[in-house]
Amino acid sequence: MLRLLIKTLKTGVVTEKLNSRSHSARGGEDELEQLGIEIKRHIDRKFSGSIAIREVDAGSCNGCELEIHALNNPYYDIERFGIHFVASPRHADVLLVTGPVSRNMQTALLRTYEATPHPKWVIAVGDCAACGGEFGVSYASCGAVSNVIPVDAVIPGCPPTPLTLMKGLLGLINAGSVKD
Amino acid sequence: MSASKWTTDFLKQLDNLGINVAQINIPSITLWQIKNTEWQRFAELAVEQGLRWVSGWAEQSHEQFFVNACFEKQGLYVLLRTILTPEYDVDTQLDRDLELPSQATVYPAANRSERHTRDMFGINFAGHPDNRRWTRHKAWPEQSYPLRKDFDVQGMPQDITPPDKDYPFIKSDGAGVYEIPVGPVHAGIIEPGHFRFQAVGELILNLEERLGYVHKGIEKIAEGRMPQSLARLAGRVSGDTTVGHCWAACRAMEFAADIEIPPRAALIRGILAERERIANHLGDMGAICNDVAFVFAQMQFTRLRELWLRTNATVFGHRLLMDRIIPGGVLCDLSEPSCGLIKQEIIRLRIELAEILLAVDLNSSLEDRLYTAGYLSEEIAAAFGTLGYVGRASGQDFDVRRDAPYAPYDQVSFKVAVENQGDIASRFWVRYKEINAALKLIEGFVDQLVPGEIITAWQIPQAGREGLGIIEGWRGEITAFVRFDADNKIARFYPRDPSILNWPALEKLVLDNIVPDFPVCNKSVNGSYSGNDL
Repeated sequence: MLRLLIKTLKTGVVTEKLNSRSHSARGGEDELEQLGIEIKRHIDRKFSGSIAIREVDAGSCNGCELEIHALNNPYYDIERFGIHFVASPRHADVLLVTGPVSRNMQTALLRTYEATPHPKWVIAVGDCAACGGEFGVSYASCGAVSNVIPVDAVIPGCPPTPLTLMKGLLGLINAGSVKD
Repeated sequence: MSASKWTTDFLKQLDNLGINVAQINIPSITLWQIKNTEWQRFAELAVEQGLRWVSGWAEQSHEQFFVNACFEKQGLYVLLRTILTPEYDVDTQLDRDLELPSQATVYPAANRSERHTRDMFGINFAGHPDNRRWTRHKAWPEQSYPLRKDFDVQGMPQDITPPDKDYPFIKSDGAGVYEIPVGPVHAGIIEPGHFRFQAVGELILNLEERLGYVHKGIEKIAEGRMPQSLARLAGRVSGDTTVGHCWAACRAMEFAADIEIPPRAALIRGILAERERIANHLGDMGAICNDVAFVFAQMQFTRLRELWLRTNATVFGHRLLMDRIIPGGVLCDLSEPSCGLIKQEIIRLRIELAEILLAVDLNSSLEDRLYTAGYLSEEIAAAFGTLGYVGRASGQDFDVRRDAPYAPYDQVSFKVAVENQGDIASRFWVRYKEINAALKLIEGFVDQLVPGEIITAWQIPQAGREGLGIIEGWRGEITAFVRFDADNKIARFYPRDPSILNWPALEKLVLDNIVPDFPVCNKSVNGSYSGNDL
């Protein structure tokens, strides 16, 4: 137990801070701070403090999932901005959908969408979700997420980095589609 | 017994038994061709000789079908091939069904692979122990086979593909036995697949996996691509193994085109592959701890993984290292400062890992959950041809990098971590040992770098040329088969992710565990859904 505490103390808080300018050695951190402040402000105002995201892999290669996972690591710690991932679409405000939608996942995605209560938003994450990417439309793939369910925002990238993902989330929150 | 000896002896034995083997001379591949009627007999003899079943796939060439099965023993791979020609039935005025005696009767590892071949090519495997569909759900009709040449890549899909709800799962009844269906959409941020449990109380009596949900038609859409484009596609067979699959595909294409990559490119590929291994192992070790609610380790490991990925971005320009390997070499060179950065980071990571692992090792709650849970015996691991850290934690002492070395691994020696404890803890510690070996390998590769080219000019291979690329990815052995058509176009691409052989092991190792331990059992294997479904 003592070792845990020592290591935890030694590690300190690595989360890139909202207001401090002291950690600007690495690229992107200033940006992260700014983004974080903006996201937090909007979420506070429009969503009473938090939004719940259900991630749905509809056919991805798993690359996007790795980067979405990274949002929860101590550097980004996205939950401090009021964004958290939930286990059921019934608890979600936002569906984060990755992959070209494989035909074998089409019904599962439609049902997940139906299970999400109104008001709801869909973000297509990654190039495949945005436009079909490397896989396109075929006997096995429906291509872009928008071919299957309505999409409110798109975050391109193969895969999008955690920073791009945060910018994309801010884009959705800022967009007219989200009502005050 | 040397590697060449067993093939000589085995060929002699086959000859004595009247099995005629045509040895076909193809660069990079030991190819044996046999009559289709001998297909199963060969497997029966091969299993007696201790050959490991590696991979199986088919391809169509005009009116004929080639069926392939790859075997390995002592680091020497043999590709077995037979040719099927459709026979016309005058009574029905149709071609008779293509049929081949199954090898899955003696090699459980071949089970799902043969079902995949049946679904995609319409080749029946007679005597197969499990004739249910596998890759086919409802996206195409039963009598239609996507990998046949007369099947258009667009197919004839319905507006909405219905769910595969009438799949005949194994049933069990009896007092107190109940069923738990899970997925395809899971609760976490993970890939989709369906698990069907039969349980009594909390005890798992049976688990059946139903995969194929992320089938994206990779084999079909590979056809007609150029080498660069195939490398990109291979890099997306499984996003966490982008370096591994890209390397295997490029190696197959390079064999087919008769080109050798420059030594510097090989070293950089080695660095990329070992960096990918470390990034994934760090993620997995954290996730295993997280699944038994030990969040300290999860936070520490994800922190280390993030730092590692940031260095990837700084040095190679991509966090997950996608598209860094290209046919003929690598996309980006390594500068002197980058080499310095890589080496500094290794020193730091070693110190951090030593501190964290000591804390992890001394934690009794972790010990309580991980030791003896999810036990996979050596016998089952061997029967299923289990690969990578899953196999090595259950006594399967095999690593392509050591046993069938390729550049740059042919220049170095390193220790392959093998244990025979077979539980989750063992799969955790094998990963840790592999990280340490990989760190040493990276240091060695960086030291060996001398100025030079990083790419060899591409040469268009003759139509019909084929290549088999085999490398050790972070999950284990990856094989990629490539055949070229005319004009530099791909005729056939078949990547075999290690997950294809490791998924069935999960069905076995969860037995007699409790349902709440399934997530950690699953994570300790961490099979790729995308790499399995293709």
